[in-house]
Amino acid sequence: MRVNFTVNGRKQEADDVWEGESLLYVLRERMGLPGSKNACEQGECGSCTVRLDGVPVCSCLVAAGQAEGREIVTVEGLADYARHRDDAHPGAGCAAGTCGTSLDRAKRWQARPTDAQGAEAAELSPIQQAFIDAGAVQCGFCTPGLLVAADELLETQPSPSDQDIREALSGNLCRCTGYEKILDAVRLAAARQEETVR
Amino acid sequence: MALHPRAASVPAGTPTRITQGSKTRGGIGESTLRPDGTLKVTGEFAYSSDMWHEDMLWGHTLRSTVAHAEIRSIDIGEAVATPGVYAVLTYDDLPAEMKNYGLEIQDTPVLAHGKVRHHGEPVALVAADHPETARRAAAKIKIDYVELPLITDEASATAPDAILVHEGRTDHHIGHVPHPNIVHRQPIVRGDADAAAARADVIITGDYVFGMQDQAFLGPESGLAVPSEDGGVELYVATQWLHSDLRQIAPVLGLPEDKVRMTLSGVGGAFGGREDLSMQIHACLLALRTGKPVKMVYNRFESFFGHVHRHPAKLHYEHGATKDGKLTHMKCRIVLDGGAYASASPAVVGNASSLAVGPYVVEDVDIEAIALYSNNPPCGAMRGFGAVQACFAYEAQMDKLAAALDMDPVELRQLNAMEQGTLLPTGQPVDSPAPVAELLRRVKARPLPPEQQWLAADAGGSSVDVRALPGGLSNTTHGEGVVRGVGYAVGLKNVGFSEGFDDYSTARVRMEVINGEPVATVHTAMAEVGQGGVTVHAQIARTELGVSQVTIHPADTQVGSAGSTSASRQTYVTGGAVKNSCEAVREQVLEIGRRKFGTYHPAWATAELLLESGKVVTDGGEVLAPLADVLEGEAVDVELEWRHRPTEAFDLRTGQGNGHVQYSFAAHRAVVEVDTELGLVKVIELACAQDVGKALNPLSVVGQIQGGTTQGLGVAVMEEIIVDPRTAKVRNPSFTDYLIPTILDTPTIPVDVLELADDHAPYGLRGIGEAPTLSSTPAVLAAIRNATGLELNRTPVRPEHITGT
Repeated sequence: MRVNFTVNGRKQEADDVWEGESLLYVLRERMGLPGSKNACEQGECGSCTVRLDGVPVCSCLVAAGQAEGREIVTVEGLADYARHRDDAHPGAGCAAGTCGTSLDRAKRWQARPTDAQGAEAAELSPIQQAFIDAGAVQCGFCTPGLLVAADELLETQPSPSDQDIREALSGNLCRCTGYEKILDAVRLAAARQEETVR
Repeated sequence: MALHPRAASVPAGTPTRITQGSKTRGGIGESTLRPDGTLKVTGEFAYSSDMWHEDMLWGHTLRSTVAHAEIRSIDIGEAVATPGVYAVLTYDDLPAEMKNYGLEIQDTPVLAHGKVRHHGEPVALVAADHPETARRAAAKIKIDYVELPLITDEASATAPDAILVHEGRTDHHIGHVPHPNIVHRQPIVRGDADAAAARADVIITGDYVFGMQDQAFLGPESGLAVPSEDGGVELYVATQWLHSDLRQIAPVLGLPEDKVRMTLSGVGGAFGGREDLSMQIHACLLALRTGKPVKMVYNRFESFFGHVHRHPAKLHYEHGATKDGKLTHMKCRIVLDGGAYASASPAVVGNASSLAVGPYVVEDVDIEAIALYSNNPPCGAMRGFGAVQACFAYEAQMDKLAAALDMDPVELRQLNAMEQGTLLPTGQPVDSPAPVAELLRRVKARPLPPEQQWLAADAGGSSVDVRALPGGLSNTTHGEGVVRGVGYAVGLKNVGFSEGFDDYSTARVRMEVINGEPVATVHTAMAEVGQGGVTVHAQIARTELGVSQVTIHPADTQVGSAGSTSASRQTYVTGGAVKNSCEAVREQVLEIGRRKFGTYHPAWATAELLLESGKVVTDGGEVLAPLADVLEGEAVDVELEWRHRPTEAFDLRTGQGNGHVQYSFAAHRAVVEVDTELGLVKVIELACAQDVGKALNPLSVVGQIQGGTTQGLGVAVMEEIIVDPRTAKVRNPSFTDYLIPTILDTPTIPVDVLELADDHAPYGLRGIGEAPTLSSTPAVLAAIRNATGLELNRTPVRPEHITGT
């Protein structure tokens, strides 16, 4: 079957999709957007979290057909989504196809040499930057799902308590960090957000 | 100041003296950020399961549905005929004479031949154009199994009529083990434990059970094999040690090692679970057979069968003490279940025995550790590696002994704490700082978290935030029946590979001028599994070479081995190799400088010269030349191996020998609240104090300690692979049924970092990754015992153990 949907602000269509394919599979293997991760593929770990019409979901539990005509935001589109958060249609600024991650770019999978200071010239959303600054990224496999979930938390609850953060992120497993620095990152992003508002 | 003529090319404003504070930024000791952080937060970092190749196929493994059986026949006819299937391989298709692999003992079949020895053993492979096609085709393969009796524990393994898990063993351990179903046995005898026991005022014994833990790294086993034109294969894979994989892969493929080119792809955690091969050989076989790139990605279910687990253990301990609390002796017997294949079992036995006494002074000991062959899932490396199981038992013993002596459990530990110079039961002296008592003092001195924090949620203190209670949002209690407990533990872990293993690493460092800037490139085969080695390597290069621009080359087999990213060893050994190679590069750079500019300033010949902030400077801070001018048109490229002090094997009868390289110490205090009615545990705080020698990157150090602590917490209260004792089948291979801590299960983890340099190590550093995994488990158990008064001698503690139901 063919599935038409909007991914990170760009109209997309996927052909020859099997009926049993998940949204996660279509994003990763057909759209060339491997940012959403495949850690358990049964809705237990949250690594594949994306926003479906604004709502965080485990994309491994969404049948690809269910995404027909809907808007998806993945970690690849998070920075752009954050820039257009106040727009009526998130990501609309990308309609011309000038932002988001291109298929070609996402398929370039080879490990690249890393630069000296770790700060590449990339425009990141506040939560992405906070994860780097707080040391919340280790192996990083849980990071995309956590970022999407945490970004949604900060959108709906700009000044969350620690218990609020823990509750909001309880569907995302992380095996490396012990979560303390993830909490730090969300607190940091919230604090920076408050400063910006003032 | 007499400047040489080239100084004219120094841009105006460049200082001619390095002043205080102008050191190269981003060097060791700073919390430099990860170089791969940006890629990881944008979803662009290429993990092994993200790889893609035009025209690629998907590989799938068919695994045994029974634990121990003879294979009568395999019928692949229907699978081969499935549209979209390109290849179906069984044992008969293996191309080389060598059909087994293994870390130390080559006892693991690439595909089962003749029989299967554990549930989930790989039997056949399929390559197809869609992963679902491959799965469905594999399901059509018909295997005729004739089930065999099961070996599931020590009694069944050593029974007089026991079937041998591996018939005709020829490995080098067979000569000294008491039974062929025992992989390895290590006794350690020092002093006279029986005579010492006669001096004891109190003797206590205990039997402990440690459950089978899974590494549960989030990134599934996966990789991409691409056949190359010369008949070889390129493999992009997540692993902990590229060269160890290569050594095992090439013979089975029937290829020389230089025709198997391996590149590390993004690793989503490891924790020991990627030391053994998983899909590496399988993907290569399918790629070589089909002539097409083949990608394999395990799902979580398969991942539980695709890697070895932490050895479950049964431990019997006896300790004695005089009435003033001095330990008289220790006797113990540790039985580790290694499962169907040897993996790292021999080395785990070495660790469990040599570290069985923990960080305490006990001169008279009688220790025995063994690992079994059984039909249970194979077990091997996991963070803490044999020391974890022992720590669980000896720390429970310390509490038990303290209770018997009516002493404070921390004071008892401090009274017997090892110090620098203490001999291990192997006779080896601990020749670096061993601040055991101090680490305990630090966690104990920390203020306790406030009581009943769930009440503090609002101003009046009248409402309850159930999220802070055991059971959380399940709303199972509002605080009635909830009691608090506090527990302590401390542990001792070795760093690096022990027992005479040649534990070297290799680093290639290149320095050249690019766009007018001096740039260093560090190339090692170190597996970055999330621990932050890439960050530290750049920091070391900046420190040693005085450049700000450092490129970390991707890890591959085009450079010499870096050894394994395990045993807390990478920063020590590969960090040491990078430092060593940088020093050689620096000497060559200075040599070039002397050749070019030596005649212009006497300091080139007479002064101690350093590279700092992109310049050659004297130790007095005088600038001699910019590195860009020294290196102009030349590049310095060095590849060197680096070794730490050698170790030696333990004597097979007495266990004596200088077997270890370095030691790592951590202490924990756990504060728990337990709902005694439902048996639910909430860990409120898990404070850690650890000596790291030197924190090369404090941010990463704390991250490692918190992560290790959380894995120890997991095994204390929830993590266990449950193997049905009647069928030896795994009952919970999923994240629904194998639970790892969520952010709601994990407390705040305050970390107190001590830096007492180990003079034998680069920069004085200590390996840090594993020690926090040792002591957090017994600390949580001690806290639950303190809260409930129960004995609780097994891990994980389940609600029924607390409620007695």
